[in-house]
Order: sequence, then structure tokens, then C-alpha cells
Amino acid sequence: MKLLRSSGGAQTVVILSIIVMFAVPKVLSEFGVMQATLFAAVAIFGLSQGFVWGYAGIMSFGQAAFLGIGAYTYAIAAINLGNTQMAALLAIAVPMLFAALLGYFMFYGRISDAYVGVITLTVSVILFELMNSTSGSQYHIGDAVLGGFNGIPAIPPFAPPGKPDEPLDQIGVWYVAMSTLIVAYGFLKWTLASRFGRVVVAIRENETRAMLIGYDPRLYKLLSFVIGAGIAGAAGAVFATWGGFISPTVFALTMSAQVIISVLIGGLGTLIGPILGAVAIQYLINVAGTQHTIDPSLGLGIVLVAFVLLVPQGVVPVVRSWIARLSSTSRTPRAKTAKTPNASEQESRS
Amino acid sequence: MTMESGSRRKALKFGAAAAVGALVGPYVTRSASAAEPIKLGSLLDGTGALGIEGRRMIQATEFAVGQINDHGGLLGRPVKLIAYDTQSSIQLYTQYAQQLVFQDKVDVIQGGITSASREAIRPIFDRSKTLFFYNTQYEGGVCDRNVFCTGTTPAQTVDHIVEYALKNWGKKVYIIAADYNYGHITASWMTKFVKDGGGSVVSTDFFPLDVTNFSSTISRIQEAKPDMVLSALVGANHVGFYRQWAAAGMKSKIPVGATVFGLGDELTTMDAATTDGIITCFGFYNNLGTPNANAFVKGMQAKYGPSLTDLGELDTATYEGIMLWAEAVKKAGSVEQAKVVTALETGISIEGPSGTVKMDPATHHTIRNAYLARPKNRVWEILQTFPNQFPSDTGGACDLIKSPRTNKQFMPQV
Amino acid sequence: MDLTGLLAFNVLTGIATLALITIGLGVIYGMMRIINLAHGEFMMLGAYTAVTASTAGVNIWVSMLILPPLVVGLVGLVLERTIIRFLYGRMMDTMLATWGISLGLIGLITSIFGNVVKSVQMPVGSFAIGQYHVSAYSLVIIGVGVVVLSSLLLLLRKTRFGLILRATMQNPAMSASLGVRPAAVYMATFALGAALAGLAGGVLAPISGVSPGMGGAYIAKAFITVLGGGPAIIAGTGLAAGLFGFINEIVSFLSTPVIGDIALLASAIVLIRVLPQGITGRFLRRSS
Repeated sequence: MKLLRSSGGAQTVVILSIIVMFAVPKVLSEFGVMQATLFAAVAIFGLSQGFVWGYAGIMSFGQAAFLGIGAYTYAIAAINLGNTQMAALLAIAVPMLFAALLGYFMFYGRISDAYVGVITLTVSVILFELMNSTSGSQYHIGDAVLGGFNGIPAIPPFAPPGKPDEPLDQIGVWYVAMSTLIVAYGFLKWTLASRFGRVVVAIRENETRAMLIGYDPRLYKLLSFVIGAGIAGAAGAVFATWGGFISPTVFALTMSAQVIISVLIGGLGTLIGPILGAVAIQYLINVAGTQHTIDPSLGLGIVLVAFVLLVPQGVVPVVRSWIARLSSTSRTPRAKTAKTPNASEQESRS
Repeated sequence: MTMESGSRRKALKFGAAAAVGALVGPYVTRSASAAEPIKLGSLLDGTGALGIEGRRMIQATEFAVGQINDHGGLLGRPVKLIAYDTQSSIQLYTQYAQQLVFQDKVDVIQGGITSASREAIRPIFDRSKTLFFYNTQYEGGVCDRNVFCTGTTPAQTVDHIVEYALKNWGKKVYIIAADYNYGHITASWMTKFVKDGGGSVVSTDFFPLDVTNFSSTISRIQEAKPDMVLSALVGANHVGFYRQWAAAGMKSKIPVGATVFGLGDELTTMDAATTDGIITCFGFYNNLGTPNANAFVKGMQAKYGPSLTDLGELDTATYEGIMLWAEAVKKAGSVEQAKVVTALETGISIEGPSGTVKMDPATHHTIRNAYLARPKNRVWEILQTFPNQFPSDTGGACDLIKSPRTNKQFMPQV
Repeated sequence: MDLTGLLAFNVLTGIATLALITIGLGVIYGMMRIINLAHGEFMMLGAYTAVTASTAGVNIWVSMLILPPLVVGLVGLVLERTIIRFLYGRMMDTMLATWGISLGLIGLITSIFGNVVKSVQMPVGSFAIGQYHVSAYSLVIIGVGVVVLSSLLLLLRKTRFGLILRATMQNPAMSASLGVRPAAVYMATFALGAALAGLAGGVLAPISGVSPGMGGAYIAKAFITVLGGGPAIIAGTGLAAGLFGFINEIVSFLSTPVIGDIALLASAIVLIRVLPQGITGRFLRRSS
């Protein structure tokens, strides 16, 4: 019964998203469509963080690493191969490979959760500093000059299969971005409903118990980490196509911070929450930069602290519990269990 | 589900839709209304690592637009400034560039500070045929019909620094530069000029813009024992090098020449022991003493306060870039990109704060004066004047009159 | 020979700098298991205190060594009372809240001082190691580093206050039943950690430029050093700073400062993988 209900909700979301996908180009100006594409890209990224953190319980503080690897892979592959489908596939595969290595290093080393956060954060910082140092013209992969701080400009946008010289226009890119978001959402929903997904959630809720039943938490964490990295890589490819430009700032701490804040205010332990949160935060950042009343960092900081103190589960679970209370059929808010980070963390305080 | 909750849900959905509508409003197509003002778009870093240079350029932009409007505007229309603070982030440069072109639909863009930012946004303006003025001194070589560069280039300044250095200091050179396209290409120019002058480069080290700790670098330099250090460091973090260099007692041992020093507020915030003696060469210094220079400084101080004692080439070139554009618009009688470009290619010249500034038709760069100077007790001491320096960086390879389809950045062959 | 002396001196300076940067974070994490992501910004506040005070005419040494810890310690106290104390036991939430605080502090300082780089005058000159010249200020840094670590050690081991601190850290419930108020201890600890961060910022102000965003450069290094050091706060910080600082300086000299930083971070990751409890999780377990 619960499975049917949650899939009912997912179906509504998917249908609404498809409607939005077709409506946006009709309703918005060309600039509006471009902005919407950016929102779709950050939403995909938000999904990745939301899945890895909210469902698998992995406190990845450097998810931007995979976003950046995906974006750079897409750029380099597209410039070298001329085939943007291949480039997009590589943009998903390469971060997954990197995540597999890093994940093996971390999870099979039995490193505790806080350490996972710091290590992922450090890895993204290392990647940032590495990419930043590649400004000289000697740093290139094939035809693609890495560019260091300058970044890689003139990235070929998506082109339909078989027609590499006719890249998609802004509206076409929007369709690709939004479809990727819908597919990613659907895929994650399906994964979570499957046996694999339920084991992942069980491990997050109580790792020891899951282990005693016979599941290997390391393997499941590793696989979730890899899936999350793949989705982040897809977001990276969309991001690179949207801007036609990529630079090391995609690895910066602020990028990881932005997505974590998005998931937090959207709702940890949901999938729709990170999507909405990512869009909201990106919108706030856009607005903050163009207004002059309050410093953007100050505004964001206040928002973050306010949310942690007042609405720690995030907006979507709170809204859901309101709706549940308003409607006569009750529904247990799932947010509570999702929010508490590992209870074992408290036990290890000594 | 009861009827009650159904209508509540509807109310919620409607409310949400209304809220979304309000937020989305700005992005929805607007019916085009007859736009009276001429729109000038500005993309400059008011904050962040380049903020010390950017904030004065922003003020110079406002000052220039204000002056134009005080004199009745252009073609009888007021000029409206739409400025975005790109916060030293290339991501924001691309984002706001798209916004200026597609949403605000500006008639010209004046902006860009780092060469990296320029190269990121140049393709956007090329594609949309939005006229682009780049007013920051840079590494030279951009050859693009849609772009006009008013800042000084190595052929106008760096060669004079190297000339002075080889003559007065010796032949062994240690180069330190910022790790992005400006630093790399400027270092190539320095190497070329040094070799042409009979000197040799001992080492060239590059530093990303966020490096602040130069202690190991200073040790390396001492180990190499050069006759001089030539610096193409950029931004607020790299300024730390000069402080640490002075603190290590190196000022009296090895002289320094720099291509990006003193363009921000170095002379006002650092003490004389740190700044004295560093050789620089720019198109403007605030104590040139000419009537135009004084008028500019006084005008800016009147608007922004007497603390503006640190105006430099970045600010005057910004001002001159806008004035050149205004002249061209008047000559063309229109703000259409094609017509203004043609007007600019007839060789427009203005009398700016730095002297006579003429737009060279073939290279789209300016023929302007250059001055060699060094700080002395926190005031510039002008050593040499070089009038009407030609932007000869591309050696004639860039000729947009003969080959208007050229679109690349020429680099020095070392 | 001269070069070895120069390098050794640089390494000592690097170790001392890293230790100073880390100790404030180590105190807070070691005692309270709070990951304070605003640590870099506490340093930034200390640096701004030094700049403002010295520009206002206060003696440079007071501006750098005395005022910053006092001011930032106070700020830490206020933040603990108003925000942090509601989040004890919720590690992720404290991480996020301190991240919010860090953004807020950057924004606040930018609004007040503007996004310009300020500087503090270097109070001492230079001296020679053979034919090489180094800044005498490095001696100051080494000196302050030694003094801070040893005073902290004395505080923790020899004073009653230190005893209470360590007891509460080991077993809060037991200490509470002996009459100690853990809440007060946490407040004092957070303020102490903040003060140490402020001191580090004040001391480092003459070297690096002082700007609102300067804290970001330190946070990753400080964190990884704390984790590499392990549960013993002082011994851990000292040893980890020693190892990482050494690697950082040597690699920086041989290549560039950026590669040096990367080497520091990478070797720290490897260390944590090999010794998940940090250095003092395995060795010197009984030290503090």
C-alpha cells in the first residue's frame, strides 16, 4: 500500500514536470528559458546530493567534485570527439569511476561519517587547486586546452544524434536538461523502491543491524556513492552545455555549500525537496548578486542559520506534514527519521 | 479524500501558482516598448580578488555616463547604465553577460577585467553582435571586429619596463606571474623583450590568483640570484608578495619591475618601505599634472570624495572607452553595432585624462601615451614619457580593415 | 649549508603556522565534537581586529596578540549562547549552522569594511641565514606557536580548570554528577577555541592580506590537520602540524605553493585512511 502511494506521488511529479517542460518555452522569453535550464542543472545536482545524503546517509561535502569532473569530461570529450552523445555518456561514466575509487578508499577503510565529509571536502579542494594550476598551454588533453583559471570556453552544445553540425538551440537544450531531470528523478524513485534501495535506507537507519542481518554496508554505500556521482556528472554535462564555458570554480567550496544548503532547506530525506531547494537557492543567489541592499553572503548565511534552527527538516517535509494534518487521512511524516544523522555518532562521543 | 481537503488543496495549489507567477514574471516575454534611453551595460568586479581594481572602474563608468547625460545625452537620448557586479567570478561573468544581452538588450558592453573574464564573454557578444569595449590593460593580441580594447598592451608598456631594467639592473631575470592567460602571455612577452635586449630568464614561476604565501618563492628567488625580478602578479592576494618581499629585507638587494602594481590602492594602504622603487609603466598616473588629468581627478573626487587619490590607468581607460564609444555614436548617428563599428574604424580620437587617445582602425586598439614611473614616498615619480605608443603587438598580423573576419588572439612567438 | 638552514627555518615556520591555524579548531572539535566551519572566519575576525586596532594607533603587539583573542573569544561566546548550544548532539546541524555563520560573518565584514584587502605593517625587520635573508617575523610566529601550545598544555594538565575541561570531555554525565555544569564548560571551551583562532588570525595578519574571504584558504588545511592529529588535542595538533607542515614547505620549495598545498591535503587523506583515529589515536594515547 505504501509503495503504491509513494509511486502515486512520484507519478504526479513526473506528469507535472513534463507539463512544465513543454510549457516553459511557450511562456518564457529566450532568456527565461536559459535561466530555466540553469535551474534544471542545479536541480539534477540537488538530486544527487539529496540521494547520497538523505537516503544513503553519506555526508558528502564535496559533491561538487563529481559535478566538476562531469562538466570537464563533457567539455574535453565534446571538443575532441565531436560527438556530444558520447561526451554526455562519458560525463556520467568518468565521475562514477572516480567515485568508485574514492568510495572504496573511504568506505572499505571504515572511516566514520564526519571523516567522509571532510575527506570529500578536501578532495574537491584538491581538484580545484589542481585545475586552477593548468593555465599554461602545455596542459591539454587532445585538442582541449585545460585552461586553468581561464577555464574552457566554446564548449560544443548538445547536438542530435547523427547531426553533429546542427547543435541544439536554447529551447532544445532546455528539453534535454529537463528530460535528464525527469529521468534522474524517475530512476532514483525506482531505485529506492527496489530491494537495493530499501537496503540502502536500512543501512542509513541502523548500520549495525543491517550488518547483522547479513548485508555489507560498505558495498551498498559504495554503490550509492557511485550512483550519486553519476547523477552529479549528468548535471555537470548540462551545466557545461548551458554556459558553453566551464572553469575551476565549479569545484569550489561554494558549489558544494550551495547544494548542501539546497538539500537542507528543501528537505533531507525527500527527492522533490532538493529539487525545489536547489531552484530556490539558485534564484536567491541570482537575485542577491543583482541587488545592493544586503551582501549576498550575509543574506545566505542568515537564511541557512534560520533554517537550521527553525526548520531543520526542510521545507518539503514540513509542508507535507501540514498537508497531512489538513487532510483527514493521516500520513506519518517521513522526515523525522531522515533528519537525525547517525545516532551512533552520539555514542562515539568520548 | 473529503471535499474540504480537496478545496484546501486547490487553494494551496492556486496560491503556489500565483507565487510562482510573481517570481517568474521577470522572465516572461515582455512586449517590446519603444526604448528611449540608450543602454550601456557594465560587467566589472566590485568585490572579490579583483575588487580593489574593479570598484574604481565602476565609479569611472558612472562618472563617464553622468558626464554624457549632463551634456544632453547621446543623439538626444539619455544613456542608461545597467551594471552588474561579477564578484570576481567567471561564472557570474557569463551569466550576467547573457542577461545583459538577452534580457536587458543593451546597446554596448563596457567591461571585463581579467583576461580570463574577457575570453569567457567575448564569444557571447560575438554571437549576439553586441558591441564590446574592453578597457583593461592586458597581454595584447585580441583581433575581433566586434571588440575594441582601450587598455595598454605589452608593446606599449612592458617593453619599456624591460628596456629600463636591462639598462639599469643587469641581465639575469626572474619572472613571477599570475597563473592564467594574462600571466602566461605577459611572461612570454617579457621573455621575448629580455632576449631581444640581450638578457636571459633564469626561471618563470606561476601562481594561481588565490595564493597568498610567497615565503618559499622568496627563498627560491634568492637561491637563483637574479639581477632583478619582473612581476606579472595580479589581484588582492598577490599583493602579499610585495609585502613579504619587503619584510624579508629583499628590497635593497634585488630590484623589482611590475606590470600590475599600483593599479589598485597599493600606494595608499602600503607603507613606503614596501612600495618605493618598484618600476611600472602605465597609460596614466594621477599626478601627471596635465590639465585633462587634473580635471578627471578633481571631477571624480567631487563625486566620490577626496579619498580618491589612487586613480590609475584602469579608471581613465574605462572613461576613455566610454567617451570613444560616445564619439563614434555621434559620428554614426546611431547605436547600431555595424554603424558604430564603421565609425570607430575611421580613426576616432579624443582628448582624455591621459592625453590624446586615438582608436587605430586596423587593430581596434588605442594609440596612446605611456609613462614610466615608480613610487617614492607613496607618490608616483614619473621617470620617462613615451608619447603616442602604437599597439604593435601583432606586428601587423591583425588588420581588421583588410580581413574583417579575423577572430582570434595573437600570441607572441618566443 | 646555508640553503639547508634556510629550508629548515622555513619548515619550522610552516609547522608553527599550521599549528596556530589548527589549535583553535582542535580544541572545539576535540572537546565538543563540533565541526566548526566558521573557524576560518574567526581567524578573519582576529585579523580585522588587529588591522583596526593598529590603524587606530594601538601598539602593534597589543593589536596582534592581545586584542584579537579577546574580541573573537567574546564573539565565540555570543555565538555559542545564541546558536550553537541549541544544536549539541546534532553534528550535521552544527556543521551547517557554523557554515551559515561563516557566510554571515563574511557578509557582515564585507558590509562594514568593504571588499578591500587591508594590511598590517610588519613590526620587525629581517635577518640573515648565511647569504639568505629571511623575515624575522617568522621567529615571532614560531615563538607564538610554542608559547600557545605549551600554555595550553599547562592549562589542561596543571590547572583545575583544565581538569574540569578534560573530565567533561571524557564523560559529561559523570562530571555533571560531580557538580560541574557541562553547559558552562562547553561555553568556555567554544570561547577558548574561538579566541585561539582569533589569535592565529591576528598573528598572521602581517603576512597575508586581510580581506573578508581570507578564511576560506585555511579551513580545509585546519580540518585535515585536526583529523590527522587524533583525539589528543595538543599532542595531536603538534604532531600532525609537524608532519604536514614539513611536507608542505618542502614540496612548495621544490615546485610551487599550490603543489605544496595539494601535497599537504593528499598526504593527510592517506594518513587518515591508514590511521582512521588520527596519529594520537594510535600513538601517545594517554596524552592530551
